[in-house]
This record gives sequence, structure tokens and C-alpha cells, in this order.
Amino acid sequence: MSGQELLFLLSGLKWTLALSAVGFVTGAVFGLLIALLRTSPNAITAKIAEYYIAVFQGTPLLMQLFVVYFGLPLLGLKLDAWIAVAIGFTLHASAYLGEIWRGAIQAVPRGQTEAANALALSYWPRMKDIILPQALRISLPATVGFLVQLIKGTSLAALVGFIELSLAGKFIANQTFRPLIVYSVVGLLYFIICWPLSLYGTRLERKFAATSR
Amino acid sequence: MTVTLEVAQSSSPTSASVPMIVMEHVEKWYGQFKALSDIDLTVRTGEKIVLCGPSGSGKSTLIRCINHLEAYNKGRITVGGKVLGDDPKIIDAIRREVGMVFQQFNLFPHMTVLQNCTLSPMRTRGLDKKAAEAIARRLLDRVRILDQADKYPAQLSGGQQQRVAIARALCMEPKVMLFDEPTSALDPEMVKEVLDTMISLAEDGMTMICVTHEMGFARQVADRVIFMAAGEIIEEGHPKDFFTAPRHERTRAFLGEILRHH
Repeated sequence: MSGQELLFLLSGLKWTLALSAVGFVTGAVFGLLIALLRTSPNAITAKIAEYYIAVFQGTPLLMQLFVVYFGLPLLGLKLDAWIAVAIGFTLHASAYLGEIWRGAIQAVPRGQTEAANALALSYWPRMKDIILPQALRISLPATVGFLVQLIKGTSLAALVGFIELSLAGKFIANQTFRPLIVYSVVGLLYFIICWPLSLYGTRLERKFAATSR
Repeated sequence: MTVTLEVAQSSSPTSASVPMIVMEHVEKWYGQFKALSDIDLTVRTGEKIVLCGPSGSGKSTLIRCINHLEAYNKGRITVGGKVLGDDPKIIDAIRREVGMVFQQFNLFPHMTVLQNCTLSPMRTRGLDKKAAEAIARRLLDRVRILDQADKYPAQLSGGQQQRVAIARALCMEPKVMLFDEPTSALDPEMVKEVLDTMISLAEDGMTMICVTHEMGFARQVADRVIFMAAGEIIEEGHPKDFFTAPRHERTRAFLGEILRHH
């Protein structure tokens, strides 16, 4: 494999990371909204959020990408591949993060909400200052775990023609006729990104278990 | 409509003759289970009341209805002249005037002692940080824990945490303090420091309702001791009469049980 080919793989890696980052950040924003709706005392909004989560957790990510990329143009909405996959991953991540954080919000002891209520704190300060900071801490290991899944999941974007790391790998493999070496390098690149994150997640989990007693 | 009218009529109930809390025929149900049954209770300004009774008798539920941690189903509760209903504005107004201390302290673990004390005054009473910290430091000093102001709750002993919880409630400058078994989760050697804090609060004239089995505390500060069982008020009286000559068989049985362990 030449230096130029490796460079091409690295530019694919750049798009993998960019898509992961966009999916995670926008997914986190909407995911927080979903988690808040899901835990809200309003039965209707809680139900809507529940269905939203059910739909995106109950269907393959690939189908979701196909619907956005091939389906939306039929409704007159022509999107380029980058925007389409960004929307797809945002929807996907918001549902999963919404569910992870829903669980974390509900795992904050009820006494915290009661103390906040007794102090006359209304919904927003109660959430922002008391519940969410504790929920975030509880959810951190699962959130990092999901980020690892998301990074690996971006390889599905290749199927709608978005050139990220795995599609770049396919191009180089076809060009060089050395799939074993090329895909090994591609795998190694994913591993170098994901493994430290997984380790970090495990460490957080241990730290949390040690301090939550 | 009736709610607004009654609030308007009695907006300045501060003199000692005016009742601070009035509960009239209050009922509370958990599904089919009747947790409070026809509760009538009037608490005068400055009065100290001790609520006792076996577990499940409804004493915690009763005080939790006063600041609407539990909604009641029937009857009427008036706090400081305001009728407690479903209106969130009234609920918040009442909660600003009613402090509560919990069995499990319920301090915010991710905040320092000082931050625990300043959060709500800043958010709900519009105080700036400087003013809120000044009040917090004064009250932390009062519960003799000012030197721990920058620590986190987990770094403190149970007794210290409960004193912080008392200070945190006092920072709202409440007119009433509710105590829900404040010493039940404490190691025996820490009970006294919390009770001493409560006694000093009582001596300063705070209106207090305490759910507790600390009968020494009841003897020393209570104006009235109320005994509950199965969601009803069975008996009430001045501690002297209550402890020496309880009228009801259930009260006698309960006191026998409690005092044997002390």
C-alpha cells in the first residue's frame, strides 16, 4: 500500500470522525429533548417520545438511512449524501441517547426531586441544576459505549455512497487487489479510535461504582 | 375562584393568634388504601408539634401534604392563609415559606455545602450570589458547621449532613419547618447534635412540626404531642399529660413500646 493510498484512507477516516461527531452532537441535543419529553409529567408528550424511541430502536439503522436518502427525494426534498446521512445519524443517535438518558434521569434518587420541590424549585432549575448533572454522571459509561457503537455504525453510510473510512477502504482494496492488508489497516484504524473510548467507558463505570456507595 | 378570594382576604396572617396551618377533614388515598382519614389539625404560629405513631400510621404523609409533596384528595389545607390546591403558583408560594428536613437528608451530592444552601434562594427568591452566600454563611454558622462550607456532602458525617439540610431549609427564611424523622437514619452518637440544633430553633420561636420518636425532645420542646394510627389522629395533648396519662389503649401500647427502647 502506497503512502498516497494510506492518505486516502485517512481522508476517509476524517469523514468517519466528522459524521460521528455531527451525529453525536446533534443527536445529543435532540436526545436530551427526547429524554426530557419521555420523563415529563405530561402523558401525551411522554407517549410521543416513547413511540419515537420505539421506532428508531426497532428498525435497522440502514433502513433509516435509506428512507432519508432515497425516500425524502420522492417527497421533493433532494439532499446530498452528507446531509442525508447526517440527518439519519442524528435521528438514530437522538433515539438511543434519549433512552439512555431517560433511564439515567429516572435513576437519580427520588429524594433529590423531593428536596428540590420542598425548596420551591420549579421544573427548569430542578432539571438543570439538580437532576441532569447527576443523571449525566450516571449515564456516562453507557453514553461512551453508545458513541463507540455510533462510530462503527457510520460504516453503513457507505451504502448510500458516502465516502467514509470503510468505503475508502473498499476503493483501495479494489485498486490494489490486496483486500486482506487494506481491510486490516481499515480495521486497525477503527480499533485505534474505538478501543481507548471503550477503556475510558469501563474506567468511568468502575469509578462510578466505587463512589456511588 | 374561591381560592383567589380567600388568599386575598387573608394575605397578612402574621400575628400569633392566626393559625399558620389549618387542616380540615383532610383525606388521602393511595389507590384503595386510605392513608389519611378525616384529619383536623390547627397549628398556631410559633407552635411546636411532635407527631408520633407506628410506621404506616400516616404521620409522614400528613406533613408531606402540607408542602404538597403528596396531593390530598379531600378536605382543605390552608398554610399561612393560602389555600393549598392544584395551582402551581400557590404551591410554590407555600413551599417558599415551608422548610422541610428529610430522614435521608437529601442533600445535593454534586454541590458543596454552600452551594446546597444558596441554590434555591438564588433561583426562587431572586437573591444575588453575594446575598445568598451571606445568608447561607450565617445559617451554617448557626448550625455550627460553617467550617465545612466548601466540602461536599459525602465528606461529612450523617449528623453534619442533617445539620446542613436544616441550614439549607432555613436559608429560604421559612415560617414553618417540617421534620420527617430527622434523626432516624443517624448513628446514635450523632442524634444529639441534630436534636440540639432543632431545640435551639424551637427556642427561637420557629413554628415546627416534627415526626419523630425522640420522646425526650418531645418532652422538652413540644407544645402538643399528637399520636396517629392507621391514618387517624388518635390522641393529642400537652407532653406532660400525653406521657404520664395517655387516654387511649393504643397510645399506651405505643408509648410502652417506644419508651422500653430508650
